[in-house]
Amino acid sequence: MASGDEKVFHPSKLNENVKKTQYAVRGELYLRAQELLSQGKEIIFTNVGNPHALGQKPLTFSRQVMALVQAPFLIEDQNVRLLFPPDAIARAKQYLSSMPGGIGAYSDSRGIPLIRKQVAEFVERRDGYPSNPENIFLTDGASKGVSQVLQSVIRNEHDGVMVPVPQYPLYSATIQLFGGQLVPYYLQEESGWSLDIDEVQRQYDAARGNGVNVRALVFINPGNPTGQCLSEANLRSLINFAVRNRIVLLADEVYQENIYQDERPFVSARKVMMDMGPPVSTSLELISFHTVSKGPIGECGQRGGYMEFTNIHPETVDQLYKVASISLSPNVGGQVMMGLMVSPPKPGDYSYARYVAEKKEIIDSLRARARIMTDGFNRCKNVTCNFTEGAMYSFPNIHLPKRAIEAAQKAGKAPDVFYCLRLLEETGISTVPGSGFGQKPGTFHLRTTILPPLEKMAGVMATFQKFNDSFMAQYADSPGYGSSQGWSRL
Amino acid sequence: MATEAFAAADESFGTMDTPPLTLKTINPKVLACEYAVRGPIVARAQALQQRLSADPSSLPFDEIVYCNIGNPQALYQQPITFFREVVALADHPALLQLPEIEKFFSADAIGRVKRILQKIPANTTGAYSHSQGHMVCREDIAAGIQKRDGYPCNPDDIYITNGASPSVHNILKLLIRGKMDGVMVPIPQYPLYSASIALQGGTLVPYYLDESHGWGLEISELEKQLKAARNSGIAVRALVVINPGNPTGQVLSEENKEEVVKFCKRENLLLIADEVYQENIYCEGKKFTSFKKIVRDLGFKDSDFTLVSLHSSSKGFYGECGRRGGYMEACGFDPLVKDQLYKMASVDLCSNVPGQILMSVIMNPPQKGDSSHPLFAKERETILSSLKRRAKMIVRGLNGLEGVTCNDAEGAMYVFPQIRLSEKAKKAAADAGVKADSFYCSKLLDSTGVVVVPGSGFGQVPGTYHYRCTILPGEEKMPAVIAKIGEFHRKFMDEYRD
Repeated sequence: MASGDEKVFHPSKLNENVKKTQYAVRGELYLRAQELLSQGKEIIFTNVGNPHALGQKPLTFSRQVMALVQAPFLIEDQNVRLLFPPDAIARAKQYLSSMPGGIGAYSDSRGIPLIRKQVAEFVERRDGYPSNPENIFLTDGASKGVSQVLQSVIRNEHDGVMVPVPQYPLYSATIQLFGGQLVPYYLQEESGWSLDIDEVQRQYDAARGNGVNVRALVFINPGNPTGQCLSEANLRSLINFAVRNRIVLLADEVYQENIYQDERPFVSARKVMMDMGPPVSTSLELISFHTVSKGPIGECGQRGGYMEFTNIHPETVDQLYKVASISLSPNVGGQVMMGLMVSPPKPGDYSYARYVAEKKEIIDSLRARARIMTDGFNRCKNVTCNFTEGAMYSFPNIHLPKRAIEAAQKAGKAPDVFYCLRLLEETGISTVPGSGFGQKPGTFHLRTTILPPLEKMAGVMATFQKFNDSFMAQYADSPGYGSSQGWSRL
Repeated sequence: MATEAFAAADESFGTMDTPPLTLKTINPKVLACEYAVRGPIVARAQALQQRLSADPSSLPFDEIVYCNIGNPQALYQQPITFFREVVALADHPALLQLPEIEKFFSADAIGRVKRILQKIPANTTGAYSHSQGHMVCREDIAAGIQKRDGYPCNPDDIYITNGASPSVHNILKLLIRGKMDGVMVPIPQYPLYSASIALQGGTLVPYYLDESHGWGLEISELEKQLKAARNSGIAVRALVVINPGNPTGQVLSEENKEEVVKFCKRENLLLIADEVYQENIYCEGKKFTSFKKIVRDLGFKDSDFTLVSLHSSSKGFYGECGRRGGYMEACGFDPLVKDQLYKMASVDLCSNVPGQILMSVIMNPPQKGDSSHPLFAKERETILSSLKRRAKMIVRGLNGLEGVTCNDAEGAMYVFPQIRLSEKAKKAAADAGVKADSFYCSKLLDSTGVVVVPGSGFGQVPGTYHYRCTILPGEEKMPAVIAKIGEFHRKFMDEYRD
């Protein structure tokens, strides 16, 4: 029995998996940025894909419908047409009639049937293949769905999940929380963060050789933090790999509407699978994730998401339903937002023109910012940066000189953490060090979003360049060291 | 050696015909956990609902009445106008620019939204917030707690989550290291606790509430169960108390609460106080006092006592279940432990922002003198007095049935009657391969359309049978619901008389 002086909830008596878990996106750099912010310093937060926080405007139609659904007394007022267009009123009425009791009631634990149907229709329109609403669960953000699936997949410490490196650290954190093993497969920075299926196979074989039961493989398309868009050939090879090795494929496709080049438009894993026909299309176990947090709608704060099961055993789906039911239901506002995302105004609708214009403005702006940021990084001394083909981030490679690495070690920090902390202290730019995402040993990166407003972007890149170039000069091995061309590509 | 592990690995792969993600190969803790509130009986009800939609005359009743879940607005309890004004405006602040806005929204709501949005980064609900929730929301919640209890509350101790349930999962996940860690839970209990403990791989240590004394909590029972658990090698880490109780509805007395606090202090247990029904009190002479207040009244400071208190937007008189608003207040935690809590919250980034705002307004509602107060107070009184009447109505109705005893619903939203089943009924249940209370509840559903949850889903003294029914059907409907239950019960008792 513990002594009365020692707290029962003592740091030495905590779940080990929780203690080992790391989530850098809101880790050391972010906390330091918060400290500086509270001291009155101006901080530019580029650590999280949080569009509205950096001035991206919500889509008008979504917010109109949300207001009406939350305050149905507005619809009863005869003057409501002064404030809201007819299609927003009609859609709000439709949603309200689909939820007995309105937005204040727990819905079905899998989500409101009408909205699950709207998601299925969206998937069908997007891919050209039918989708069954029964296989779609709405969740509080995609993260919740990922968590529920990984909890079911990971039985014990011998179970492994393959994850790209660099990755979005939800995966590493969640695998650790559930006591499983992360099996990395490295993306190839020198060829635009491409995916090499031989690398995947190599890592798989090595893991199995070490007694790891590889149960699932995650891929993120478009990539986070790397932004690369996978080709159809890539997706086919991943699908074949998963079928051949009998593992579950987890497709994180939350950035499918954030595409900034035309060579590789988004194509879903589900479509590629269906195109391949049987036996692949009837045997691949696939779970696809999507969200309202990204894309032009960018509604992070609403926490809306879904997962779609393809070829998952019905009893397993039942178990996932059971787990979802313990938390009763996903938040209904987030569900409505999901419905609005997958079923937006159509041609002929009153709000259609405005919707199209708002969406175009956001995507065009993101595309322009992706370019400005990539070019800006590539102008800096000892920095190389792949183009942001999609998603919301830039992941430049900072080629740190030896003296900088030594200074970091002396300060007790990982080299990229050291660099990012200096960047933060000197410029107020808050980024996430590459070590938070994983990177090839001996390389250093940072992740920043492309979300600072367009008019501020040139200024931000100039500030960054000034800091970087003086940092590089400070830690140069010898005078005149290192132009950005001085490093050979790996 | 690698080959042995490899062989074990092969077993999970099965043949080409066996998909890897089946019941045989998913996490056994997921398989083991259960949650009866949305269990098999509800699936059955939904199937019957489909039949009714296809053919309204196909069943001996014309509607399904869901009394299985504390979901007030699904049974047409009206939302509180002020709360809806605030969340609607906060989500669509463009409305604030329009001159006509004051025809539609109260001045108080407009002012409140402006104040909240001004303090939120980028003035929008569309962005991820701080992982514990926006500071302005936590400050308002802390102020509300301070006003309620008369003791200071630190906003840094507040973690706003999507309902109270994720907070329960996070605390138990952090606390439970393995099967040797035990958490004491009341029987009967709300099965979130048993499910969460099972998912985390811990051990549930039950303590029985005393049905013959109004579901009272006896310290001697706590001590007995604690000792037995420790003797079998369990490290008992925490005690869960649900006050008002779910499914049992009892409201603990001040003395009882003091005894519980002293017990936890003596035995070095984390106290987890589930207080989501704190605004559902129907019993004359009883009121809600938070465990935080009791702890402080006894002179315990943060350095002396570790306490988690839970609250939610789902219950009370506001019943905003679908919004998923809730929080935990974590008092007396070691800063290193709080860091871990923060880290866990950060992996999901944050809870839904409209829910954060709603929770903050619930804890900081219109006050006397505010122009929106009269309507607010009227709506609150209407709902609470109706709940009180319905609680009495249903308890009276059930106590009039043969072999049924039902304790008062002093608080919360449920009744938990005990039914005494004949040997014949028990045998019929066993023949059907189901528990006796499940058997009764299925038959009740099939003949009346009323959905309740068998007591076995909550835990009960072995050999006793109960079910949980909400008090939420509308007041005009309630007499008919009670009558239906009564009629069914009489028929059932006759059919299965020994």
